[in-house]
Amino acid sequence: MTRRSALPGFGPALTITLVWVSLIVLLPLTSLAVRPWELGLMGVWHSITEPRVLAALRLSFGAAALAAVVNVPFGLLVAWVMVRYRFPGRRLADSLIDMPLALPTAVAGIALTALFAPKGWIGAWLLPLGIKVAYTPVGIMVALVFVGLPFVVRTLEPVLMDLPLEAEEAAATLGATRAQTLRKVVIPALAPALLAGFAAALARGVGEYGSVIFIAGNMPMLSEIAPLLIVIRLEQLDYAGAAALGLVMLLVSFSILLLLNLLQKRMGVKIR
Amino acid sequence: MRYARLTRRGALGGMLGTLAATRPAIAADVTLLNVSYDPTRELYRAINRAFAEDWQAKAGQRVTVNQSHGGSGAQARAVLDGLQADVVTLALAADIDALARRGLIAADWQRRLPNNATPFTSTIVLLVRKGNPQGIHDWPDLLKPGVAVITPNPKTSGGARWNFLAALGWAQKQPNATAATAEAFLRDLFHQVPVLDTGARGATNSFAQRELGDVLIAWENDAWLARKEFGAEAFEIVYPSLSILAEPPVAVVDSVVDKRGSREVAQAYLEFLYTPKAQDIAAQNYYRPRDLAVATRYAERYPELKLVTIQDFGGWETAQAAYFADGGLFDRIYTPGK
Repeated sequence: MTRRSALPGFGPALTITLVWVSLIVLLPLTSLAVRPWELGLMGVWHSITEPRVLAALRLSFGAAALAAVVNVPFGLLVAWVMVRYRFPGRRLADSLIDMPLALPTAVAGIALTALFAPKGWIGAWLLPLGIKVAYTPVGIMVALVFVGLPFVVRTLEPVLMDLPLEAEEAAATLGATRAQTLRKVVIPALAPALLAGFAAALARGVGEYGSVIFIAGNMPMLSEIAPLLIVIRLEQLDYAGAAALGLVMLLVSFSILLLLNLLQKRMGVKIR
Repeated sequence: MRYARLTRRGALGGMLGTLAATRPAIAADVTLLNVSYDPTRELYRAINRAFAEDWQAKAGQRVTVNQSHGGSGAQARAVLDGLQADVVTLALAADIDALARRGLIAADWQRRLPNNATPFTSTIVLLVRKGNPQGIHDWPDLLKPGVAVITPNPKTSGGARWNFLAALGWAQKQPNATAATAEAFLRDLFHQVPVLDTGARGATNSFAQRELGDVLIAWENDAWLARKEFGAEAFEIVYPSLSILAEPPVAVVDSVVDKRGSREVAQAYLEFLYTPKAQDIAAQNYYRPRDLAVATRYAERYPELKLVTIQDFGGWETAQAAYFADGGLFDRIYTPGK
């Protein structure tokens, strides 16, 4: 901040930034943080440690993490193909990747459910193999993989574009095998971006509601996600209980994202 | 109609509802907002048209009744959060009681209109697939091995609470029944349920469109409607040996009509529901009319049934606390190790 920018206006810009962030992000979060305490400390503790709540939290964060883990390698592959190759229909494929962002999530949920239900196109094939997707936690993962994909691809693409082809060629001329090039040259350079993509997909998955409730089955203790429990509590007019659960999700998400951010920074430093 | 898409988002719906409600009315024309539960779309569409004609003739005023639909509990919350409903027509009295407790509606609302403020009733039936392949004839058949039962989540769906109570009513009326045997029956029943939709329409769609499950526990009117929409040959309606008198009540929202000055027409709208004309529309939409003359006309559609009522469970307040509140019977069903 000590170096003068070429452009004037640091003061007003910072003021606007702070006001804007406060208004859009901090204010709603503060109201969320204030609400639960009308239950009392013990009341909040009880309301967030019920077995059903813990199961829902485990499911929400677990499924989102697994879906993000699945999305990282496949997202990398997609991004790689989109950046490194030119092929007919590339523009079309490029727009398709963004579809999960634009599609109302409820539509995605209904479409996936129709596919994976026991009588659906895919579900009917999986059923004889003993694989059930719709109305199980697996279904939740499928939905979260769907909504999370663009986050990984779009995070990786710009980094891949900047990755010089020369580095790979140099590795090859120095006798590295393709696998070695990938492991020692490409992946380390991409690691911070991979982590960022993972974090974005994870965050998206934890908060996802619309697509999941259609495919999840919503059975307590088994396939009931935390956001649905929040809605259920609201519907019982238990605003404080809903806010308490929201606050827990907020704190856990924030801690995870902060951790990933720090990790990403350290990785970035190490590579340079 | 613009409300329909907004209501699920309580606060937003509330805000926009306020905007729409305070818009100046065009020269003496009047609008009402009827906030209702999930499966009444078709019913109120027909009734609103009839009421508009009736009111035009009677008061010389053009009235447009807007509708909003969703899960009964969600709708009550939307009204509580500020959705400007002139009248509420919800799935169960407990949801209107919640509004009364917070001062939006007078406490004696259920005595302000005839028949517990319930112009028509319904009941809970079992919908099975063509030919009834699993041989479902009564509640205990739902526990047969391999039978998958579809019913929505009673935490979020008013209809599901009626389903739950109908099954419980049957279990309680069995010889040598105790609280423990009734609870065991419900526990076994819900172990046959593969998916809990959040609303009655969602459950009907799971059953009818996704072809999930062998039997749907449903509002009688929704069961008939499913037969109408998906073909009478697709499903059969099974009337159990005992069910429940489901009373979806109606009320004027005092705080809103006083602010908007719409009390007169809102009151007239609810009273209109009791007229033979509206009762006939209700019967056509598979609700059970209160009007005896109309009921007789549609008698062959509505078999006599042995029914328990909400009073058999001590009224909504008691039932809500015992079965559906946190830690209630429904929660215990899903709590492991108990």
